[in-house]
Amino acid sequence: MNKNLYGFAALFKTPDEIIEAAKKTAEAGYQKYDIHSPYPVHGIDRAMKLKASKLGFITLVFGLTGSAIALLLMYWTMSVDYPMIIGGKPFFALPAFVPITFELTVLLATLATVIGMITFFFRFPENDHPLHDTEYMKKVSCDHYGLVIEAKDKLFNETKVRELLNSLRPLSIEEIYYPEKETYPVLETKFVTFLILIALLTSGVTYFALNKLLYMQPFTWMMDQPKLNPQKQSTLFADGYGMRAPVKGTVARGFLPYPFTGQNAPTDVLLNPYLPTKENLQLGEQKYLTFCSPCHGNFGDGDSRLRGQFPNPPSLHSTRAREFSDGMIYHIITNGQNVMPSYASQITREERWAIVNYIRVLQRAKNAKSSDLQVVNKETGTNASN
Amino acid sequence: MHQTEFNYQRKDLPAGFSKYGLIFLVAGIVLAVASFFIDQTRAAFNYLIIYMMIVSIALGSLFLIALEYVAGAEWSTPFRRIPEFFAGLLPVLFVLVIPLLFFSHDLFHWAHEEAIKEDKILQGKAPYLNISFFVIRTLVFIAIWVLFYFILQRNSRKQDTSKDQTLTTKNIRFSAAFIPIFAITITFTAVDWLMSLEPHWFSTIFGVYYFSGTVIAALAAVTLVVVVLKEKGYFNPWITDDHLYSFGALLFAFVNFWAYIAFSQFMLIWYADLPEETFWYLTRWEGSWVIFSLLLIVIHFIVPYAMLLSQPSKMDPKRLKFISVWLLFAHLFDLFWLVMPNMQPLKKGYIFSWIDLVFPILGIGIVLTVFNFISRKENLIPVGDPKLKKGINFHL
Repeated sequence: MNKNLYGFAALFKTPDEIIEAAKKTAEAGYQKYDIHSPYPVHGIDRAMKLKASKLGFITLVFGLTGSAIALLLMYWTMSVDYPMIIGGKPFFALPAFVPITFELTVLLATLATVIGMITFFFRFPENDHPLHDTEYMKKVSCDHYGLVIEAKDKLFNETKVRELLNSLRPLSIEEIYYPEKETYPVLETKFVTFLILIALLTSGVTYFALNKLLYMQPFTWMMDQPKLNPQKQSTLFADGYGMRAPVKGTVARGFLPYPFTGQNAPTDVLLNPYLPTKENLQLGEQKYLTFCSPCHGNFGDGDSRLRGQFPNPPSLHSTRAREFSDGMIYHIITNGQNVMPSYASQITREERWAIVNYIRVLQRAKNAKSSDLQVVNKETGTNASN
Repeated sequence: MHQTEFNYQRKDLPAGFSKYGLIFLVAGIVLAVASFFIDQTRAAFNYLIIYMMIVSIALGSLFLIALEYVAGAEWSTPFRRIPEFFAGLLPVLFVLVIPLLFFSHDLFHWAHEEAIKEDKILQGKAPYLNISFFVIRTLVFIAIWVLFYFILQRNSRKQDTSKDQTLTTKNIRFSAAFIPIFAITITFTAVDWLMSLEPHWFSTIFGVYYFSGTVIAALAAVTLVVVVLKEKGYFNPWITDDHLYSFGALLFAFVNFWAYIAFSQFMLIWYADLPEETFWYLTRWEGSWVIFSLLLIVIHFIVPYAMLLSQPSKMDPKRLKFISVWLLFAHLFDLFWLVMPNMQPLKKGYIFSWIDLVFPILGIGIVLTVFNFISRKENLIPVGDPKLKKGINFHL
């Protein structure tokens, strides 16, 4: 047996012949043989008795890996490490994760399939094949169909294979040999010198481009300006701050400092400057519902709308709360009490007083007097009694 | 590999078709009528499910026939008679729809005049959702389907004796006309019979959702009959593993398509979170309905997906038989999930009743009997079709 023989290649003219040839070859018991055709021939894999490809398992494993990675990544980043409320959805919002999981599954599955096919089935780093540059390959990639029986096959026997191929009546039979390996001396002086010179030149150019060229500014476009920035250092002032505090003893326009900040109760009497007119009460209701109701409840019962995410405050209808003066309630809104923080920065003074008026209305509604009923009866014309 | 000789001898269908068909039909009718006397509303809702299931199989089969002609598919020619027989259920719809029209008051909230009076949304929808227009629409749609069914089926059968190739060309033209009409009519049918059960709700993808289930039901029914008949020797040399693989692949594709559409509908509504849309899903999340909703994902997607994933499983006749029965059940379950939570007493959760089990029996009875009746004198294979030879020699 010739050591350099790769195999015998036979050419056929029609797809029916090649299917017949594949069948006969498979029946003869050969394992290492292959069919080449310019396009996929229907029914060839069954004629060759090919087993189902194992490639699908690579796809499956990597597809599942993709799903797992996507889900774990999103679970870790969005539910554990840095939970953020997005569109009022739960931190682990599975439906929103499905498209990304699908994408990553498909991505990993396809990449793994292609890479797996190239490495395991095409033997990737090998870029040469004895069939390349043969007359046979030219023909089968154009308008012929070919059958190659490799010399590696256990049953390979030159006379027998020739007999089998002849019985199939091919157009031609070709012997294919491994090409002779060409070698090049690597450590030639000229080559090594050239290599070193190229390395030096490349390093120099890279260093210049990344460290010098990138930072040369042809125009600054007013990017650097001599000005003071908030929250930034400045050398203009002795203390080094860019921002200035207001001068001591001055008050900003439209702003009166609250004199009882930090005290439990105002020492002086605070009087409500607003009458509970309809407009005033409407303002109070709106502000109450916005700022107060999340904890105190829509009607001041202390039934928080936050469903226990925060300690519930006591009811505003308790005797103690009802006996508070207007000023005391105003003080609590402004200064805060116990867990409740100060609302001075969110609610203006007028609005605070309007809320006080509205709370008075709520309290009165829950603890109405019989005289109230008379007023209601007068207004509505009914005759209800308690 | 190539079968050049082709001599087909007509054989009667196995006796089981007519025997079990009749048993199921009689039992189904008796039980169904009884259930109408016991709980009219529940029986009407259940009957609607079965009606829509039969529409799915019949109309889906007609769509498969049209698709074969338009796409020039050859692999499906040898068994094209099976969807033709199933499409024979279409003329029966004229009879089947009558009880539903009588009980429309039980089914549809928008059919109550006093409800419309108090409801601005229903008033706005009244020009479309009113009994007379509804009945006209339904009957016109069925008439259109029946018309196309008769044309396609008559040409196909004439070909058996005349071997006239121009009949195929004619059918291709009619099929091309049918497919856009099919798209429109099936959308309106889904909106009318399924979406309008909850007249305040709307979803623009709903027609496609029903369509995806329809094709699954029709394909599963055809697959089941073809595999059963092949096992009994009716299709023996002509339907090969390659045909079966194509069945498996198509079923697999449409299982995915259904999941894609169902999820698209769910995710958009879930993400936008608008109360006028979400309440439909919230009803199906109420009480024990949550189990049905989760089961739907498992039954309609996860199990068939896993079972059809690998290549050998797509051409295993046993597996195909099981999965097509499974998918028929899945579509029925899907319809159940779409319809039943709209029933007023079941809004808060599912309550079991034997009536729910009665109507599938009736459905099987109707389908088997009609199938047997239509296929009695017909060839199981379109022997005159010019594509038949290529269809028999189909290789992947």
